[in-house]
This record gives sequence, C-alpha cells and structure tokens, in this order.
Amino acid sequence: MPLNWKSGGVLLGLVFFLAVLLVKPIGVSTQFVILDGIIGDAVNPALVTQAEDGAWTSTNDYLAKSGGKYAKSVANPLNYSFLFVLAMAAGAFASALARGGNGAAENRAPALWRANFGDGAGKRFLVAFLGGFVVLYGARLAGGCTSGHMMSGMMQTAVSGYVFAAGAFLAAVPVALMIYKQEG
Amino acid sequence: MDIILAIVIGAGFGAVLDRIGATNPTWIGRMLSLKNLHLMKTILLAIGTASVLMFGGQMLGLVDVGHMSVKTAYVGVFIGGLLLGAGWAASGYCPGTGVCAAATGRKDALFFIAGGLLGAAAYMVTYPMWQGAGLLEGAATTLGAIPGAEYDSLLNLRGDVVGLVLGVLFIVIAAALPGKPTRGAPIPAPAE
Repeated sequence: MPLNWKSGGVLLGLVFFLAVLLVKPIGVSTQFVILDGIIGDAVNPALVTQAEDGAWTSTNDYLAKSGGKYAKSVANPLNYSFLFVLAMAAGAFASALARGGNGAAENRAPALWRANFGDGAGKRFLVAFLGGFVVLYGARLAGGCTSGHMMSGMMQTAVSGYVFAAGAFLAAVPVALMIYKQEG
Repeated sequence: MDIILAIVIGAGFGAVLDRIGATNPTWIGRMLSLKNLHLMKTILLAIGTASVLMFGGQMLGLVDVGHMSVKTAYVGVFIGGLLLGAGWAASGYCPGTGVCAAATGRKDALFFIAGGLLGAAAYMVTYPMWQGAGLLEGAATTLGAIPGAEYDSLLNLRGDVVGLVLGVLFIVIAAALPGKPTRGAPIPAPAE
C-alpha cells in the first residue's frame, strides 16, 4: 500500500519545490535522447563532434539543435540532468529494498495486468516495449514528459504544461478504460 | 555542487515516486481507468504544494525567479501528449517512473526502457519532418506575467498571484476528489 495522498503529495511537492529552489525544474525524458546519443557516438564517433571554438554539434539535427546543447551533454554525461536520472533510479532501488521489494510475480507483470490478462509475461513485456516506444516518441515531440511538462510545467503555470496534460489524459483515460476492465 | 544536488534531489525524487505507488503500473492503471483516484490526489497535492511554495517564496524574495524554466507551447506538445498518454495507459509507465520501476526490480520496466530508447531514437531521426511541418513553432508562455521573468503571458494578471491561487486550487481539488469514484468507498488507511 503506497503512502497516503496527504503525506505522499506533500513529500513529492517538496521535491519539486527543492529542485526549482536550488537548481531547475525536474525533467527526465531528455535523458533517453542523451543515452541514445552516448550509445550512437560509441558506435559512430562522427555523430557528436567539437568545433575548434569549443562548441559541440552533431550530424543528427536533433542533437545539434539549440546550439548543440544535447550534443554537449552526450559528450559530457557527468552533467546535472543525466546524474539526476541515475540518482533517481538509485533512490527508487533503495526505497524498494527498504520495503522488501515487489515480489517475483509482481516483477514479471503487475497485478492489474495479471487480473486482466493472466500470468504470462511475454505479452506484458511486448506491451511494455511498445508502450515505451510511443511514450518516448511522444515525450520528445512534446518536449517533455509527465515530470517536465505536467508536474514542473503546471506548477510554474506554463501554458505548455496544461496543453500537454490535456493531450495526455485525453488519450490515457479511454485507452486505460479499454484495456483494463478488471481492477486488479 | 551541482553534482551533489543532482544526487540528493534525484535520489529523493526516485524514493518518493516509489513510495506514492507511481512505480507500480497497477496504481497508474487504476487512476487512468478512473477506478481509484488516490494517486491523482497525491499528484494534484504535489503540484499545488510546489506551486504555493515557489510562488510564495518568490513574493517573499526567497526563491530565485531565474531558476524557473518554462517550456515552449506548440502544436506538437498536444500531439506528443496524446501519444504519451496512450503509451502511459497501456504500459503503466512514463519515462521517470519506468526507470524507477526497473530499479525496483520490475522486469517489464526494462522492456519499457528499451522501447523508450528506440522511440527516442526514432524521434531523433524524424525530427526534421516535424520541424519542417512547422509544428514545433511557439513561445514559452505562462498564464500570468511573472515579475522578473521574460515569458509571454496569456492573461493580463500578475503571474505569481495566479500561481499562488492555482496552487491553492490544486490542493483544494486534491482534497475534494473522491478516492474511489466508482464505488464511493473510502480509501484504505495508509500502511506507512
């Protein structure tokens, strides 16, 4: 059972506030691009290059946009945003360890999935993979995800945050209603 | 210093996401299929709390307006939101919670991350198409005009006041929203 919404909401709100107080608003999905860039650059070192004046650029238009800021992060992965995501994973790992983990069945497929589609994990893995593809394609098209647009955006009264949240829930609610008929 | 902050705030974020149930696709699915809105209440309260603290802090001169970072609003934000929403509902993960869920031991989340890396790569390749279609053009806009910030504003109102009022509104909605709208039963007591 997760934390009550009161304590959980205040804690989550404090994290988002601390981030903007001390550094900048929280965001995650850009780091999928940075990791792609790191992998791509390892395979093909010509992907990300540095000009004589020190500016980073890329043969990929997306990595090269906005003065090569993504290209620079690919070249220097030890930056705030990339380390933030690694630390986030470590924090979730520690939290799961402290509460005794999810259990073997849960780790193969979540209860809601099993209640609707049974214990077989293969179909669940396929849906998670395809879902991941669509989520990250959409997040990059939108320029942010649930944390960057919805949470950080709406807390800052960003119009983009509201536009994003409207799109996300407009699609998410019908899809969830269609797929998950049993509560789990 | 930035490195230390990345580790401390990042770890705190991951731990809290796990504790509120956001790393568990069952809670995401219950929320998105409107069967149990407990997680929605948590998220709305979080947005409200963060907003009140940030804009209140700005008014008192304790929070640097320069740390804000408002994203550009353009047509692609809405289209991307639709895509993310569909994938979020099907998989039960968004980028942050998917990474966290994998760290808690969920194997399906590893497939989500693999799909996500491929989806991000697909966007990197198709980016010129969206840009060429003019769907990425827009401005960074806030609802009101925030003192000390350079963003465009939608309304002729003081942005920090708007933020504070909306923050309180989010908290009120979080409290008013029923946990289980389909059955009318109260949310079980917290286990922590």
